[in-house]
Amino acid sequence: MAELARVVITGVGLTSPNGNDLPEFRRNLIAGVSGVEDYSIRHVGSTPAGVCHFDTLRYQGKKEARRGTRAGAISIWCANQALEDAGLAFDSSDVDSAAHYSRARTGVFTGITEHGNVETEHQIHEVAQYGFDLSFWSHHHNPRTVANNPAGEVTLNLGIRGPAYSLGGACAAGNLGLIHGAQMLQLGLVDLALGGGISESIHTFGIFASFRAQGALARHTDPVKASRPFDAARNGIVVAEGGCLFALERLDDALARGARIYGEVLGYHVNSDGTDFVLPDATGQENCMRGALAHSKLAAEDIDVVNTHATSTPSGDIIEAEAVRKVFDHAPETFVNNTKSYIGHAMGAAGALELAGNLPTFEDNLVHPTINVDELDPACALRNLVINEPVRIRRAKTILNMSFGMLGINSAVVVGRYTV
Amino acid sequence: MTQDEVVIAIKDIIAQIAPDEDLSGLEMDLRLREQIELDSMDFLDIVMELRKLYGVQVPEKDYMELATLSGCVKYLHPLLEKKSLHCAQRA
Repeated sequence: MAELARVVITGVGLTSPNGNDLPEFRRNLIAGVSGVEDYSIRHVGSTPAGVCHFDTLRYQGKKEARRGTRAGAISIWCANQALEDAGLAFDSSDVDSAAHYSRARTGVFTGITEHGNVETEHQIHEVAQYGFDLSFWSHHHNPRTVANNPAGEVTLNLGIRGPAYSLGGACAAGNLGLIHGAQMLQLGLVDLALGGGISESIHTFGIFASFRAQGALARHTDPVKASRPFDAARNGIVVAEGGCLFALERLDDALARGARIYGEVLGYHVNSDGTDFVLPDATGQENCMRGALAHSKLAAEDIDVVNTHATSTPSGDIIEAEAVRKVFDHAPETFVNNTKSYIGHAMGAAGALELAGNLPTFEDNLVHPTINVDELDPACALRNLVINEPVRIRRAKTILNMSFGMLGINSAVVVGRYTV
Repeated sequence: MTQDEVVIAIKDIIAQIAPDEDLSGLEMDLRLREQIELDSMDFLDIVMELRKLYGVQVPEKDYMELATLSGCVKYLHPLLEKKSLHCAQRA
């Protein structure tokens, strides 16, 4: 097989509950600042959640925002910011030209856990007020609920004419957008990819209600303490919204235009447990990590930072800790952390946001900690787990980012510091 | 509702649907879509809001009657005459 082009990350656009761009997000991850707050949604009532507070009208008109979805607004924010960050903002005066890449050769790939629940619940709520008379059902329902909505709204906003769609991968989806973007670049089908993950999930009561019914929804009197992976008192997931899209380019193209390079996509792996609708499986997770290492041509000892998926559920964190121990327990220089303790579980955006939050490690050599570990659960004990305070390492070269989802989907991405 | 109030009611609905538009200079007899950016989905929104706010059902065959503000008054006033104005922004 021909040697595939190297793919690099040259821009990051994000909104998370504790930061509306990468510098702010990173500052708060190093400083231990949570973005979880008390939140209320119909039928569920008060619950901790990760809520984003970005300016929806910065890149959209009021009408565009009104017609679109929350996921679309998040995607538009992330896409515009990623392009600006990469120095690739399109010229708004001419849809046929771009600073470096054509709109027809630009792709948008949004990983999603789910899409459409928000609008469907809202419409049912609306027609219920009118005795279920369906003449009150909105004509906006279909364009808002189609699975490509978050990516499609980006194309409408920016005049992009290349491939744009979502990749549904439950909570493993955040890595899928990046992986697919890299593949499309390597296949030569696009010249610029915006890939990552998007979540509007806090606006659907069904997600909260289902986790609650499953006994997996976090409860705590102090919302910032509610998401506490690996802590003995953890009791469930904090649902979050958010998004992160990476600007991805082939290395040669990025070098030719003198782009800033955040990191190189060294390898990845996606697999399935094939065991259960909901429960994760340590063997499937272990195989996924080993697959990503093999694809990257790296050994476990070569990884500097492992960002875990752990969601703060009693059983899930133990299973993941078991998988991480199997792969990395003999890697003395590998540090392990978690980002959900700050922002909750951003569902389809989780993998992308969590990778983004760790990319600056290539610049500052700091590994951000996982917070809220007051008493480490012995069953979650991991070698070099970074708890409550950041750790400085010698020279960060590689990050392995994991995301797992329902129906047993696992994804892992390895990103490296760019070196010639 | 008077004829003037029907105009207020329609403009109020349009203000919700097309929030980026300046409605202050709208001409009564020019087609709305020639004066402001309104597409077919927006038009369906206007019909939906009339249904929700005032219980007025506008059948599809009559949509053209609502092309101008004066057309709206002519068509809607008989249907809204006995109803009171309440703006969408306050609904």
